Order: sequence, then C-alpha cells, then structure tokens
Amino acid sequence: MMILTDDQRMLQDTVRPFMAGEGAIKAQLRHWRDIGCKDGFGHGLWKQLGELGLTGMLIPESAGGAGLGQVEANLVLEEIGRNLTPSPFLATSVVAVRALQDSPHAGRWFPGIAAGETVVALAVDEGKAHDPAATALEAKRQGNGFLLNGQKQFVIQGGSADLLLIAARTAGAAGETTGVTLFAVPRDAAGIEVENVALADSSKAARLTLSNVAVDADAVIGEVDDGWVRLSRALGAGRAGAASELVGIAAGASEMTFDYLKQRKQFGRLIGEFQALQHRAAYLYGEIEIARAAALKAAQLIDLGDPRAELMTAVAKAKAGKAARLAVQEGVQMHGGIGMTDEHDIGLYMKRQAVLDELFGGPRFHAGEVARLSGY
Amino acid sequence: MTAELDTFRNETRAWLEANCPAEMRVPMRSEKDACWGGRKFVFQSPAQKQWLDVMGERGWTVPDWPKDYGGGGLSSAETKVLKEEMAAIGARSPLVSFGISMLGPALLKFGNEAQKKKYLRQIALGEIRWCQGYSEPGAGSDLAGLQTKAEAVSPGEEGGDHYLVNGQKVWTSYADEADWIFCLVRTSTESKHGGISFLLFDMESPGVSTKPILLISGNSPFCETFFDDVEVPKDQLVGVENKGWDVAKYLLGHEREMISGMGLGGEKQALGASLGGIADPLLRAAIADFDVDSLAFAAMSEQFIDQLKAGEAHPAMPSMMKYVGTELNKRRHELAMAAGGSEALEWDSDRSKGGKRARDWLRTKGNSIEGGTSEVQLGIVAKHILRLPGA
Repeated sequence: MMILTDDQRMLQDTVRPFMAGEGAIKAQLRHWRDIGCKDGFGHGLWKQLGELGLTGMLIPESAGGAGLGQVEANLVLEEIGRNLTPSPFLATSVVAVRALQDSPHAGRWFPGIAAGETVVALAVDEGKAHDPAATALEAKRQGNGFLLNGQKQFVIQGGSADLLLIAARTAGAAGETTGVTLFAVPRDAAGIEVENVALADSSKAARLTLSNVAVDADAVIGEVDDGWVRLSRALGAGRAGAASELVGIAAGASEMTFDYLKQRKQFGRLIGEFQALQHRAAYLYGEIEIARAAALKAAQLIDLGDPRAELMTAVAKAKAGKAARLAVQEGVQMHGGIGMTDEHDIGLYMKRQAVLDELFGGPRFHAGEVARLSGY
Repeated sequence: MTAELDTFRNETRAWLEANCPAEMRVPMRSEKDACWGGRKFVFQSPAQKQWLDVMGERGWTVPDWPKDYGGGGLSSAETKVLKEEMAAIGARSPLVSFGISMLGPALLKFGNEAQKKKYLRQIALGEIRWCQGYSEPGAGSDLAGLQTKAEAVSPGEEGGDHYLVNGQKVWTSYADEADWIFCLVRTSTESKHGGISFLLFDMESPGVSTKPILLISGNSPFCETFFDDVEVPKDQLVGVENKGWDVAKYLLGHEREMISGMGLGGEKQALGASLGGIADPLLRAAIADFDVDSLAFAAMSEQFIDQLKAGEAHPAMPSMMKYVGTELNKRRHELAMAAGGSEALEWDSDRSKGGKRARDWLRTKGNSIEGGTSEVQLGIVAKHILRLPGA
C-alpha cells in the first residue's frame, strides 16, 4: 500500500511543525550562514533532534534507537528539505547508520548518534563526479593494520565529523566493485588533512588528504575487500533519503511560488490568472507528486529488502532531482527580479537543490543506473 | 484477513488455471484481438467467446461491482489479487468495454434501480457495446457548449412521453460498431452547464446514422454520429433532467483514469529493456531519461489507485494522471520510432505487421486530445488543486 500508516502520519505531524518552527530558514540556515559558522549547522538543533528520537531513528531498538525504516527517515527528510534545515541528519542518521550497522563499530558510535552528539561523515567521492566504483584511495596492509593514502572530496559534514567512514581500495583496480573496503577513522587521526569547503548553499563539505594514515585492522567495517555491499546499502539509503529531501525542496519552493502567483499583480491582474503560468505551475505540481511517489516506493522497497529497491532508488533520485530542479528554476523565474535577491528565500532553494542533486549522483548518473540495471 | 486473502488467491489461481483457455494466455497481437462484446461483435476464436462467457458468468469482467448487478462482489483487495493472478498467467482481459470503464461507474452512482439492474448486467456479460456521445463539431474542449437538442414530448401529445433528439456528435469512438450510446444532450438553453441531460439510447433507433472518420493512422476508430428526430423513452434519462453535467463530469473522471492507465497500463518494465541493445549513446540516454519518468509514474499510478480506494485522492487528480500518462505514452512511441529507424516507417509490409509500429505511434497523438486535451487537464489542475485565480 502506498499510503502512509497512522504511525507514519503521526511522525509527520510531529516533525512538520517542528521543522517549520525550530528548523526554519531564518532560525537555522540564514542564522548560521550569516554568522559564518564553520560547521554550517547548529549543534543545538542536532541535540534537539536527538531528544525527539530522530537522530537514532534507524538505529535498532536493541541498540538504543527507534528501529524505524527508510520510509520514516524520508518523512523527516522531506520536512528538512522544505525548510532547508541544515543538519547532519542525512549524512549521519541515515548514511552512516546504514554503513555501521551490524558491525562492532555500531556499539561504539550509535549512542552518540542517538543522542544527537556525534557527527559521522561518509567519504566516497574522489573526483568531481560521483563514481563509487572508481574508488582509488589506497589502503595497504602494514603490520596488524593498514596504511591509508589518497584523497577524498565532497565529504558532507566532513569538517565537523567525529568519525569518517572512508571507502578505500584494498584490492583490484579502480572501476571494480570488489576490493573496496570501508574504514572507520576518527577525524583527528594523524595524517588526515581536512580542508573545510563552503558550498554554494552555505553547507560544508570537506576535502580530505590522507598521508600515511595508520589504522588498526579493527578499523575495517565489515570484511576486507568486501565493502561494496555495505557501501551500496549506505549509499542506497542516502540516495533514497536525498530524493525525499529534494521532494521537500521542490514542495517548499513550489508552494512559495504558487502563493506568489496569487499575490503579485501586473497589467492590473494577478499573474496567476495568466494561462502561460497556470499550465507551467500545474505541470510542476504533477512532477513533484510523481517524484514523491517514486521516493516513497523506493523507501518501501528498501525497508522490505526487495531486490527492486536498487532500480527504484535510482529512479527516485533521478526523478526527484529533475522535479526539484524544475521547481527552483520556475520558482526564481516566476518570482521575477525579487527571486534574484539574497533577501528572498527562493534563491536559497535553488542553491540547496544544486548541492543535493549532485550528492550521491545526479539524474544522469542515475538514469545510467536505470539503464544498466534494466539491461540496456 | 491475510489468511482469507491467501485462500482466495489459491482458489482464484486454481479456477483461472481450469477456466482460462490457453489461447487467451498469449499477449494480444493488436487492438483487433481485444474482445469488445456486443450484438455485432465477431469473436476471433471459440476460446475468446468461452473466456468472456465464463468470466461474465462469474461476474469477473467487473469483479468489484455488486453481485446484484452482474459483478463479482469482490473487495478491492480481492480484485487486486484477481488482477495479479491473471497477470501471472498472462491472461487477457476477457472484455474491453466503455460500459465497464465509463458508463458503469456513472450508472452505479447516478442510475435508478431499474437502470442499474438492466444495463449493468448487460455490460458485465458483454451483451451490449456502448459508445460515448460527448464531443460535437462546435463543442470540443468547451464540451458544455454542446447543442444536440432533446425536446421533451409529453404523454398528452401523440406517441408522447419521450425525448426527440436532433443534432450531431463527433469523435464517437466505434460508433459504427456500438449497440447503444450514452449521450449528452441539451434539454434547456437557460443555462450552459445547467441545461444538459444524460440519455441512453439504442443506436438502431430510427434517425441514428454514423460515418467513420479516416485518421492519420489509416484507421477509423472514430465516427461522426447524426441524430434526426430520434425518439428516446424518458426512462432512459440518467439522473435528473438538466443535471447531466454532474454525470458527465463524474464519467470523465473515470475516462481519464482509464486513459492515464493506458500509457503504461501497469507496465513497470523499462522501455529500454524491451528494445534490446541500443547502439546510439544519445538515444540510449534519451530512453534512460524516459524510463526514469515512466517508472516514477508507475509508482505514482500505484499510489493513485491506493488513494482512490482509500477515498483520499483529490477529485482533480485524474486530470493530472491523464495528462502525464498520455504525454508519456506519446514520448514512449516517439522513442520506439527512433529506435526502429527507417524500418519503423514501413506501412503495409508483413515484416512490419502492417505498419503496426508507425500506426500505433500515430494513434498515440490522440491520447492527449481525447477525453479532454492536455491543456484542459492542466487548466483543471491549476484551478481545482492549485486554486490559481481566474483559472
């Protein structure tokens, strides 16, 4: 059934007003941006999300979490998207939890995540395009452990993370999925140089340079050479989650725009009376509804452990990216001159959309995945 | 509940296995393989008739209609199971019918008991084939501007107690093959929307004539339909006189659902997968981009059906679904033509199955016109969902 359960609606009813209030653009995004915060988000809000039980929502109940699924995480992310609320929720509560679960590291890090105190970041990209199979950062056996050398970029929240989850190559060649291993490395480990980079949307992503970073064998998450499935699980959760956050961005931007069409007058009438704008608005509305359905379907399949989840996640990430791009572009255009100003919020949606669209692969990457997974 | 459903599934599977003829388990080669039923229909094979008969008898041509009216009386969950089990063995739909997809739901809501008893059972059994008399030469997108006149002739007058219908309809799908018509007529000129009535009548009534229209596909699925002093008994009025627009709109909602489903028809298969290898990287990219939209829309369709069943769908959502579904279907056929290259342009050859690909492609161009144009649908979404001013 592609209808939310009563419990899921209750969660939505709790999170929606919270994000619209505490997580609002003025209270969070603009505030931290304007004071030049190095993390780009507020630790106070992160802690509050912990108190609400959200930061550990995907953590099993046995490990102190809420034991919820991707569908629930996506409901939270849609509200985060709608309010452009900066937080490590996607990177830490979704991606990192899925990367760490069922490993000895979970016991060490889950309590801090559940409390909204710990930030964990996944380091996967090495070039300007998302391509996890191309992982080349070298992890060479040395003594009882490994020596890590290489670089990573576009590590969301990498600069503020307590722990970095690093995809490295222990065997095979770049382009191969076997031979990839995931490592859990504290950010302050010797040999890691972190460049904290501000992105267009004022979120922060780190560039990491690893020079002879020595780690013990127990830094490996899961099995050596066999990290691909675990990495894919984490990326799948991240992509499905990003799809919902993009849907939230699209919804927030489009609602703002539809309201504007009902207020702004030109030529002596409301611009929303012009059919040229009405049809574009109606088309946009449909695209967002479809993207939301695709994201829900992907999340449901992930929660069911259904083999079609990978295909549907690619569909959802691509579709949500396209719909959100349309929403922010139409949003700025239909707002006219005011849409180009920093004072107005619509432009903030455009910048956030661009970053989230690129994260974990954009629409072209995922259309390619759809083709590959469909056998053409 | 789940146990009962499992039992139902097992029984259904066994019954289908025993009753669905082998010939009815292979995909239809063309639209011509569809069973439309009705007085004039010529069955393609004994198996096609047998399949219609056994399904009709069981009420499974209209599984979720009440048993009293010839339906199967199944719950929505059971109906879904039936569809899944039919799909699992590749069973064809036993009956394709405007009676099922359009008139039936309107009669269930607006018809009186006698009308429901009479017409719904005929529809369920495939005895009567219906056509839709909506559009007129001067009333296309502006449907409520229709002029076909129905004058009430009172019992006091000679041979009275009927309507006298005069006028012309156009784009009447399969009017020349249909037995009866559900028809919008003007019973009052006092008000545009408030002067329309919904009539049912036999296409063999004196004064009814049809003329097929040759389309760009080379086929003639649509007709012009003429009414010249056609007498229609008053008990064939559905709902209230001058309130036919309510019936018309309700029916259009169902028509849009049907058309929006046609584009993908529950297909969750990528287009690219059905075309095999695609050598041209630009075409492959275009098809992959289409598949993203198409597979996402399949999820939306699934959700829409769930929302309809739960009574949570916005009344204007069928317009959105119809718009997107038909535009996607056009794009699907554009890409299939591109993938077929010059071979896709063959029109008559056996190799091309009589130009099927090209004719199907041209047929899709009507999808976004019939049942309300794309522009009309977008206008409905703008007005009723987005509540934009003056829409």
